[in-house]
Parts: sequence; C-alpha cells; structure tokens
Amino acid sequence: MDWHTLANSLFPDGHDIVERDNFLSGTGRAGAAEGSQTVAVIGTTEHAPIGIEIALAQAQAVLRTVKEHPGRPILILVDTQGQRLRHRDEMLGINSYMAHLGKCIDFARRQEHKVLGLVYDQALSGGFITSGLIADACFALPQATIRVMGLPAMARITKVPEERLTELAKDNPVFAPGATNYLRMGGLQALWEHGLAAALVEALANVDAVDRRMLLGQERGGRHMAQAVAQAVRTGGDVRPA
Amino acid sequence: MSSYLELSARQRIPHIFDAGSFVEFLPPGARVVSPHLAQLDAPVSFDDGVVVGRGLLDGQVVFGAAQEGGFMGGAVGEVHGAKLVGMLGRAVDEGAHAVLLLLESGGVRLHEANAGLIAVSEVMRAILDVRAAGIPVIVAVGGANGCFGGMGIAARCANMVIMSEEGRLAMSGPEVIETANGVEEFDSKDRALVWRTTGGKHRYLLGDCQVLVADDTDAFRAAAIAAVADARGSAALTLEALEAEQEMLERRIRGFGDAADPLEVWRRLGVPEPAAVPMLEADAFLAMAAQHCAGPGTGDR
Repeated sequence: MDWHTLANSLFPDGHDIVERDNFLSGTGRAGAAEGSQTVAVIGTTEHAPIGIEIALAQAQAVLRTVKEHPGRPILILVDTQGQRLRHRDEMLGINSYMAHLGKCIDFARRQEHKVLGLVYDQALSGGFITSGLIADACFALPQATIRVMGLPAMARITKVPEERLTELAKDNPVFAPGATNYLRMGGLQALWEHGLAAALVEALANVDAVDRRMLLGQERGGRHMAQAVAQAVRTGGDVRPA
Repeated sequence: MSSYLELSARQRIPHIFDAGSFVEFLPPGARVVSPHLAQLDAPVSFDDGVVVGRGLLDGQVVFGAAQEGGFMGGAVGEVHGAKLVGMLGRAVDEGAHAVLLLLESGGVRLHEANAGLIAVSEVMRAILDVRAAGIPVIVAVGGANGCFGGMGIAARCANMVIMSEEGRLAMSGPEVIETANGVEEFDSKDRALVWRTTGGKHRYLLGDCQVLVADDTDAFRAAAIAAVADARGSAALTLEALEAEQEMLERRIRGFGDAADPLEVWRRLGVPEPAAVPMLEADAFLAMAAQHCAGPGTGDR
C-alpha cells in the first residue's frame, strides 16, 4: 500500500508525515475531535533496505520524541526488504546501529510511550527485528508479506528440498511467509482489516509494555513450545507442551 | 590456560564461572528438543544448542548462557530462544548480580524461520528487561562461528561486549552479502578481509566491543569479572547514554562513511601501521589501540 493512502486512512483528521530517502517521519492525529491524541510516526517505504543511515534516522526521531514530547505514542510503519546487504554497512557495524534503534525504542517504552508497529507492506528479518518486533505490539494489514527469507533461499541453506518446504508450509506457520502465520505464532497482536483509524485508536487504548507473544503463540496454536519452555526455565518446573 | 575458541559451550562454563558452581536449568536430561527439526530430517539436540543456568562468578550469583556453535551454528530456534528468555526472566525474579552470555550464533535458525525470528526479538526484549531491573548484562564473543544476524544485534543490547581477536561480530555473514550483491561487493573467500571487517580488533577500534582479550579462558573470565564490576550501578539505559551513542554512531559515518576497507578506517584513526594490525599480539595491539581507539569505555557510549 502507498504510504500516503495509508497515512490518510490512519489519520483522517490530518497528519504531517513526510518522506525523505525512504524514511518516514512526522505526526498524526488519532481519534475523534474530543479525546484525540497526537501520535509520533516513524517508518520506511518503498521496501527500503535498512542501512546504517536509516536506522540512525529512526533512532534520532525516537529520542527526539522522548525528549520533546514525553509520553507521546509512537507508531512504526514497516515496509522493508530487510537489512542492507553491503560490505560498508558491516564494516561500520550495522548490528550496532540496529541495536541502538532497538534500545531507543525500548527506552521510549520504559518512559511510558506506547509503541506500536504496523507492517503495511513488507517486512523481512533484520529490518523487522528492531522495528515492529520490538514495539509493545505489532500489527499488520492482511495483505502484508512477512518472512525471514524466501523458500528457495531457505531450501539452499537448510539443504531441505524446496518441494518439501512448500508442502510443509501449507499447514505449518513456521515456514510460510505471510501475516496470518505471524499472527498464529504470536508475533503479531492482530490484523487490521478495515477501519484503520478506529483500529489504531483501539490499539492505543489497549496495548501495554508486557511481552505476551509466547502466550499468544501458544493460545493460537502457532508456537506450542516457547511459552512452556520459558516458563519451565523461569520457575524451575517441567515442560508441559500445550 | 586454554583456548576459549576450541572449547564447546559446555566446556567453557566451568572455565568462566567459579568451578563447580553452575546449575543448569532444563538440562539435557529433560529431553526438551526442537519440535520442528524432525520433519526436516535434521538432527535434534537435547539442549537445543544452548546451556542456561545460574552460577557464581568471583563469588557473586551470576546467571548465564552458552550457545553451542557445534549444533546448527548456535542458531536460535523456538526452544533455544525460549530457554534464553526464561533464564533472563529468572535473573530478574531472583535479583541476579549480573548476567553473562557466552554467545556463538549465526542468528535465526532457518529451519524454524518465523519462530526463530520472533524468538530472537523476544531475547532482545528480555535482555533489556534485565538491564532495566538494574542488572548488568555482559556478552562474550570468541567462538569459531562468531556472533551474527539477530544475535549480533542482541549482543549490542548488552552493557559490554568482550571479544577475542578471533571472535567475529557482525550482522549479515559475508556469504550472504556475496550471494546478494556479488563477489566484488564482499569476497567471502578473502579470509583476511572477512577478519578485518568483522573481527575483534576492528570491533574494538571502532567501539563495538569494549574489552579485547587473548583467546584464553582465564582472560575471558578475568574480563567478565571486571566488566560486571564496571557495569554495576549503570546497567539500565539512560537518555544521556543513548544520546551519546547516537552521537558516536553519527561521528562514525562522518569519519569513515566513505572508507572502502577497514585498513583505511584504522589509518584515519591514526594507527601508525594499519597493515601490521592483524599480526599484533593482544597486548601489543591494546597498547597501540590505547592511543587510537574511536570508542570510549561502555556499551551504549
């Protein structure tokens, strides 16, 4: 989805989001006139590869929000093909830039900013892990593509035939790309199918800072082990898979 | 003295923690294995490639983990990630003195793709929960598989990173970059280039790792004890530290953004003989680096 269309649907009362080198930033007004609130928006568009500059620009915007607008909710709009695959980014320590962005978002959360992620087009591995996946809760449009990598590349690396992976992907959310699978595994809180403005208002009212993704994955049948294992380790008990 | 690099995850623990003090949570005897590998005809491991537990470090209660590079490159699957998250949560519950992570991982386990990706992000949040509780998190990187992908990011969420020069810390592996953008972008067979780009010395000079040690378990242990003492009292993220890190990372792009090779980065840092850096022993390197290092002492700065 075009980001302008998205922004207009999310913020019918107006926004001042601008795009520069595939980096989105600005604010929008969420909710009806009385009780409406300003939301800080950061994100990317055009399936941007996340390199060190764009990671740092997003971190800067988060820090500025924390400093200048205490408590203002932050919405991260995700559309990325993943981390930029260049020697220069690795040489300059792209993992540190990604970690810095993740830490800034985490810090904002602990300063009582609500942080929401929304995958509106495409999300891939390294570009997703320090954006939508580190928010309080992440949402997606139903047509969004989310994956670690395509099945052909996965087949090459795992040495499992692509036909076998394709077969398994039919009913196993672990392998197949797609928003529905991430929903089943708890990686997404919910899909926003229609009424984006209302969905945003509802999410702002309901999310909190507790990471419940393992529990959701267990309840929805997409990740059977994670919650039980983490709980067993934490409490010294046995694993009882769901 | 023994080589950290050559030991398995299980062998490293008694060398780093006080001997005999480590108690493992959900040990191999519990037989909790990955639910996803069997259908791919891939072997499972009774610890899913990670040891988690609680021990003593110089007499203090320190929670820890060690990833096993020999099992699927230390990659994070559903169970592996959940063990880390459970241990990190328990460190908070029990008021640990610190957490020490011996990381060796290629990142997300592709056999469990989507579950692995979510798991790594859960580990990152759990590490930051520990720090927010005022408990320092220290990372050691010195295994043959390095620390890559999402775990390369997770490592930099810790208070401090300790590396040996043989350790490697980055995000995308050289093979991945070569496959995506060609051999002229990154020649994964050029071992010297790979080491210059991802190895401990470059990371230390840039400020991505705060302590560089020789490939020796005693050196890692001593560095871990010192790092815990250093980071106690300043474990949690602060606005000041994050602003300083923002400035450091901006400065790095301004200073080295147009450099084509780490040798050029080192030259600009004032290193007298960049080409000789890979050959320097740890002590000689540290003496030289003391005058030419870009990054100051702690993880976020």
